[in-house]
Amino acid sequence: MARAVTTRRKTLTTALAWVVGLVIFFPILWTILTSFKTEAQAVANPPLFLNFDWTLENYAVVQERSNYMRFLWNSVILAGGSTILGILVAVPAAWSMAFVPSRRTKDILLWMLSTKMLPAVGVLYPIYLLFIRFGLLDSRAGLVMVLMLINLPIIVWMLYTYFREIPGEILEAARMDGATLREELLYILTPMAIPGIASTVLLNFILAWNEAFWTLNLTAVDAAPLTAFIASYSSPEGLFFAKLSAASTMAIAPILILGWFSQKQLVRGLTFGAVK
Amino acid sequence: MKLRSTFRAATALTLVSAAAVSAETITIATVNNGDMIRMQGYTDDFTEKTGHEVEWVTLEENVLRQRVTTDITTNGGQFDIMTIGMYETPIWGANDWLVPLDDLSEDYDVNDILPAMRAGLSHDDTLYAAPFYGESSMVMYRTDLMEEAGLEMPDAPTWQFIREAAAAMDDPENHVNGICLRGKAGWGEGGAFITVTGNSFGARWFDMDWNAQFDQPEWKEALTFFVNLMNDYGPEGYATNGFNENLSLFQQGKCGMWIDATVAASFVTNPEDSEVADSVGFALAPNSEGVEKRSNWLWAWALAIPAGTQKEDAAKEFIEWATSKDYIEMVAENEGWANVPPGARTSLYETPEYQEVPFADITLDSINAADPTDPTVDPVPYVGIQFVAIPEFAGIATQVSQEFSAVYAGQQSIDEALETAQAITNEAMEAAGYQ
Amino acid sequence: MATKASRSAARLMMAPAVVLLMAWMLVPLSMTVWFSFRKYLPLRGGDLGFAGFENYGRFVSSSSFWPAVSTTLIIVGSVLVITVVLGVLLALLLDQPFWGQGVVRILIIAPFFVMPTVSALVWKNMFMDPTNGLFAHLWRLFGADPVAWLSEASTGSVVLIIAWRWLPFATLILLTAIQSLDSEQLEAAEMDGAGPLQRFGHIILPHLGRAITIVILIQTIFLLSIFAEIFVTTGGAFGTRTLTYLIFQRVLESQNVGLGSAGGVYAIILANIVALFLMRIVGKNLDA
Repeated sequence: MARAVTTRRKTLTTALAWVVGLVIFFPILWTILTSFKTEAQAVANPPLFLNFDWTLENYAVVQERSNYMRFLWNSVILAGGSTILGILVAVPAAWSMAFVPSRRTKDILLWMLSTKMLPAVGVLYPIYLLFIRFGLLDSRAGLVMVLMLINLPIIVWMLYTYFREIPGEILEAARMDGATLREELLYILTPMAIPGIASTVLLNFILAWNEAFWTLNLTAVDAAPLTAFIASYSSPEGLFFAKLSAASTMAIAPILILGWFSQKQLVRGLTFGAVK
Repeated sequence: MKLRSTFRAATALTLVSAAAVSAETITIATVNNGDMIRMQGYTDDFTEKTGHEVEWVTLEENVLRQRVTTDITTNGGQFDIMTIGMYETPIWGANDWLVPLDDLSEDYDVNDILPAMRAGLSHDDTLYAAPFYGESSMVMYRTDLMEEAGLEMPDAPTWQFIREAAAAMDDPENHVNGICLRGKAGWGEGGAFITVTGNSFGARWFDMDWNAQFDQPEWKEALTFFVNLMNDYGPEGYATNGFNENLSLFQQGKCGMWIDATVAASFVTNPEDSEVADSVGFALAPNSEGVEKRSNWLWAWALAIPAGTQKEDAAKEFIEWATSKDYIEMVAENEGWANVPPGARTSLYETPEYQEVPFADITLDSINAADPTDPTVDPVPYVGIQFVAIPEFAGIATQVSQEFSAVYAGQQSIDEALETAQAITNEAMEAAGYQ
Repeated sequence: MATKASRSAARLMMAPAVVLLMAWMLVPLSMTVWFSFRKYLPLRGGDLGFAGFENYGRFVSSSSFWPAVSTTLIIVGSVLVITVVLGVLLALLLDQPFWGQGVVRILIIAPFFVMPTVSALVWKNMFMDPTNGLFAHLWRLFGADPVAWLSEASTGSVVLIIAWRWLPFATLILLTAIQSLDSEQLEAAEMDGAGPLQRFGHIILPHLGRAITIVILIQTIFLLSIFAEIFVTTGGAFGTRTLTYLIFQRVLESQNVGLGSAGGVYAIILANIVALFLMRIVGKNLDA
């Protein structure tokens, strides 16, 4: 009896969850489907779901107009570079905040977060002038720095919350056994923190990949990532839903695939200390 | 004399060999319009002829403006060529931010550029940008629907006739709107359209002392006419429709009439993109009965070289290539005469093959009818038809057009919008020190 | 427990992060403050001298200022409410056992991976377009007149686009929090005859309090500076001009860097007021 109820309930939950999931996912699905239609089919009324002639023509047109691989490569470099650099700077900082806390630790942490609230548009001219002065315009190095700095507060905070969950007794024990600070970091802390670091890396990579203000305004050719790629498809002439969809799919596909594969790691770590 | 010409020949020779030796890569910022995209496809031809490579930065119009303006004002040096319009060119030229194009080669034949375009892209009679294509605005209408309605479009219609025709062609059952016009906020979108509409009702942005004129009856008349026309016979949500949205509607056969840029003519008559390609007619942009000025604007997308670029010579070579007669012929050969960039050169309109294109004459007539120095009925202190060529205008007009768009969306009344527009404009003009 | 040596080592380890962020904050900030006191008009020749507090006065007295502040608060507030409420409900749903949990979770998380420009373009054109958009087709199917979403329901549409992107983020954090809940506690409550609503009100919701504050804090930080969604969809028209967007218009469209910089300083102040307020709550929560 109890079992029957559970199965019925499970069926209902399944149906509800799938409906909700599909509704939320629908805009992406629709974009992907539309990218395989002709322009006329893309605006057909009633809309066509699967019953159309699939074509790759739009992808060919988009590729012909802009060198997708170069934009993609820049996105990978910028997001990857800023993430690696960010982790290198943030791990020591978060470690010391978590294990050698002082009265000011929390203030520093909150101050770091507050730097994220500087409105980017308000400082466009200052940053642009600085970039000119140091010859950083349209350079990957400059962008990597900016993206790293933008996301650094979030990285530090995330890592801090993971590190705090690592019980201090283990460290004490290690110290008793004569472990040096470096050994402590390398052999005890790091392995325990790997899941947290993985999740931080993923979140930061996603945030850097999707950053669309600085990456657009500080680049031209050499460092332009996919956000710049999509900026040339905002409003082409005439019918363009299919081409827009193809360009959009190309812009989001890599990160979507990465996100799906690493979904478990990302989710496990996305707590920001909300779980004790 | 002889010595000098020998010397000149020698310099020319050095220049040629220098160009051949030092092949450069130039970076060009451009807008994602059809003609520019087509130009990108022909880049190989340029590289073959000169040895220079080209990197394209193609951006949507608003992003492009933001990008190139930041770069030129800070002397950022990101681009060797910028695609700019008739609004920016004289202002930037006056600031010495652009390389004067006063030493173009004889082959290029700078005197062939249409006088209206040349004047609009010059400051103090010096050309600062070469027009890639130029445009005015005109009426495009469906000949089949007009016939059905039993009406005939005059060559030079009035707004009153346009309204009558819109009423006759409007057919909501079949998803046909009587008329499609720009309502989208932005100085270059709906802002441009309502400004020329204002001109054709005798309204103006400023009086001779730079006082805003939105409190004058002409503006109210123009805006009221436009709003009534569009509410009665325009498409749903016209408050967010700009050039591209209307183009797409017209191509799908959802508009009886469309008044917009003359360059659109080649898109709406192209059977590959347009469902109504073989039933489009053209007429001059309308005026209100009794007002002498018509509502046609003047615009050009042009190529300019920012001062301070290291690759000035290569950039000039590119401009000479892209805006030359040869380029036009090359496009004509490959894609047909209807698809060449229009509105830039006199010789194009003298080419017999091009005269057969149905919209050639009307485009030229529209361009020639536009006079940026005398845009409306009363005298004005500014140059420009659908814009006012002062640095503050883009900011002011974008906000004013946002107020108007809110009227189109039914969020405020015409009087409220005009009152706010008046306040915004005077506020900004006072801040800039005009008053 | 920490020795003196480890304390100084800790300070050393913190130094790079603190110094970098300090520079990243102070250098542009001081330049912004400097510009805000200048009459700086790039198109009129650049820096035209000292302006005193004129830019500050002009920015606030402009008719667009207060509407921009309230628009900012409305948009941020609505997105927060929507994402938190729906996020809790979704997290509760996903916590139940059902078939295909992994796949559904992937479907729900996906919008967070989409870059803001792309999501704005897709929503604007393919869904909200009053002629060819999917919503318009749907409305016509039921015999209704299509709605011009971005002009007639502009704020709501912008909120929808933003909330769609942030809902997955909220859901995930809340889901992790729910999963950490002690199931014995819930079972005990059930034995005692507590209904589902009571269990939710007395056990689950209090447990989620901390997660909710964190969702609110992080999202607020990101939401205060949203730009792409408005730039692409309405361009600030129809009452969607936020403070960030107003600054953009002053700096880039009007090319008045001095005035825009003054606006930037105001925005920083507003952000810090909100932050202070939030951090008080979070700070308390972090201690607990």
